[in-house]
Amino acid sequence: MSEPIQPFVGLFVTCLADLMRPSVAFSTIKLLEQAGCDVEVPLQQTCCGQPAYNTGDFDTTRPMAKQLIERFADYPYVVAPSGSCVGMIKHHYPRLFKEMPEWHSRAIDLAERTWEITSFLVDVLDYRPEQLAQASTARTFTYHDSCAGLRELNIKQQPRQLLQQVSGIEITEMQATDVCCGFGGTFCAKMPEISEKMVSNKLDNALASGADVLLGGDLGCLLNISGYASRAGKTIEIRHITEVLAGELGEPGIGEGQS
Amino acid sequence: MKFSSEHFLDNAHEALANETLQENMALLGAFLPAVRDNAIDQLGQFKELRSYVKSVRDHTLDNLDHYLRQYEEQVVLNGGHVHWARDGAELNEIVLEICQQHQARKVAKGKSMITEETGLTEHLEKAGLQVTETDLGEYIIQIAEQPPGHIVGPALHMSVDEIRELFFEHHDLGPRELPDPPAMVQEARKILRQRFLEADIGIIGANALIAEDGRSLLVTNEGNGDLVSTLPKVQIVCTSIDRVLPRPEDSSALLRLLVRTAVGSVTTEYVSYYSGPRRPDDVDGPEEFHVVLLDNRRSDILGSNYQDMLACMRCGACLNHCPIYISTGGQAYGSVYPGPMGSILTPLLNGLETANDLPNACTACGRCAEVCPAEIPLPDLLRDLRAEELEQKLSPASWRWGMKIHGLLARMPWLYQLLTGIAIKVMYWLGRRRGYLSSLLVPNGWTQVRDFPTPQNGTFMSQWKKGRR
Repeated sequence: MSEPIQPFVGLFVTCLADLMRPSVAFSTIKLLEQAGCDVEVPLQQTCCGQPAYNTGDFDTTRPMAKQLIERFADYPYVVAPSGSCVGMIKHHYPRLFKEMPEWHSRAIDLAERTWEITSFLVDVLDYRPEQLAQASTARTFTYHDSCAGLRELNIKQQPRQLLQQVSGIEITEMQATDVCCGFGGTFCAKMPEISEKMVSNKLDNALASGADVLLGGDLGCLLNISGYASRAGKTIEIRHITEVLAGELGEPGIGEGQS
Repeated sequence: MKFSSEHFLDNAHEALANETLQENMALLGAFLPAVRDNAIDQLGQFKELRSYVKSVRDHTLDNLDHYLRQYEEQVVLNGGHVHWARDGAELNEIVLEICQQHQARKVAKGKSMITEETGLTEHLEKAGLQVTETDLGEYIIQIAEQPPGHIVGPALHMSVDEIRELFFEHHDLGPRELPDPPAMVQEARKILRQRFLEADIGIIGANALIAEDGRSLLVTNEGNGDLVSTLPKVQIVCTSIDRVLPRPEDSSALLRLLVRTAVGSVTTEYVSYYSGPRRPDDVDGPEEFHVVLLDNRRSDILGSNYQDMLACMRCGACLNHCPIYISTGGQAYGSVYPGPMGSILTPLLNGLETANDLPNACTACGRCAEVCPAEIPLPDLLRDLRAEELEQKLSPASWRWGMKIHGLLARMPWLYQLLTGIAIKVMYWLGRRRGYLSSLLVPNGWTQVRDFPTPQNGTFMSQWKKGRR
């Protein structure tokens, strides 16, 4: 699909990519540019407010949401490498402002322009590169469906389709790939023992699939799984899907040391 | 394990260490969602049917006073009696009085969550009555002296071996083998059959009440509901004000969803409508028919932000699909209502101050809302309860202040970026070789069970500002 004008995209980096794994943001920019977008990164951005929101602190969340709504007011498209942050903007910002008509309509306006990266590439741009970036057929990949992306944004086949079309990767599915990994934002710190049970199930399923690489679209889940894997002394390479799609594999996987 | 919501975290700790329970729950967590999904796929048009039933429920709840009055009039016309119970204690007293009026000594009960909620059995037993639960699952947990672990299958958390041992211990039937579940069912059946015949009073619950004709609906797979209702001279239906529906056809629409989501079958073995006492030309049925309608704070929920919760049809799908429920089992919640629906209902019925851990026992994964046949936005309601927890200052001060400080910093991007830039550099240098940090110096839930993966060398913002592309 060729548009006469380059799609103009504002990148919402997300706090976890900013703080923990910049390579995810760099990979996202690279992918968007390869797909023909003009990408801008507003500098005055931080966090979408999910931690406060999910703690029930709506008064703290609203100013954070307003800041984001204002920073991204002028972009025809806003893209982020996270299903849960995009779910927050698309579904929860309007709910947050349901009694403030002006901000409610601004929230809905932003919601309509905001996309998760794999969904944007497939559902909006129908991105199909002419050549495979790099075929990583020697390794076995599995994919964790993060909850918010899956259930709030219907992201299921998009990452699999991209991995196939961009990188020539066929996903080896694990059992219960759509069951929560136990991250849940503040949940994992509030109820660590239950979270541990859930993440151990997730890791066991990933390993049982025979995969040596676990991919996903949300850093929260991936950090949780990686942190548990190293604590449990189990090895699996864990990466965000954008790193593989962009062929940016120079940095070690999540939780791996510098060799 | 203490059956109290205040002890949820301790109970969960115990449950996670219980290997038998973990094995049983893992089986349930795979089996129950699979049969539900299969039945719903075969039904097709799940979302359409669900939104139709929701519109009926919404309409009924918005006009609840009207439909309750109509229902009461119809029950009286059919020759029955209606009692209104403001809370659990009132319901228990009303039922006990009816028992005493009839000099009853033996009571047979069908499965009823309302009587679990009010603790009716205990109340009647204290007054010297013999009370027998006749639903097999309820019977098992009654003799095991345990609270229910699930709202549909109260003993689902128990293994066949545990139940066999229980039967050997409680049934004085001499040396015998109980090789498999059918043999155990036969044994329970023999014992229960006698209890049905001896009972002076029969107590059942209701899946729906029909305003137009005053009938109540009950579904069972064992037929015990019918025996409890037709053999004893007095029938008492214990239910709550939110069960009422306008017309008989509304209850059929409800059933199409309820049975499939609850047990994965098209229909239950028995679907019974109870219309009142025996009429002159009826061959069987009770001589007296009572309905006790429990409020217990439901009229406070009506018209509140949580009104959707009153449409819950008690199918248990949210439990079966909840990874937290499957991890801890139902008894850990310390309430007769566990899982997502219970984590909302329990604080609403018993007060948030004794149950404020429950709304936090959720990762907002959304599986419950996806399968809920009543279209209840469970994760949203759980989050709203956390907002109340915060308002009432029930959550730890460190969490409340942590969120406020994070929010404040996030609104000062330059300061935020400066401080995070420094912190991330420090973590990178400390953990770059291993790839993770085992401790973050202060005790916290994250590093209690997992490592903290090392961040990359410098935040994205710091690198981007320096011109890295």
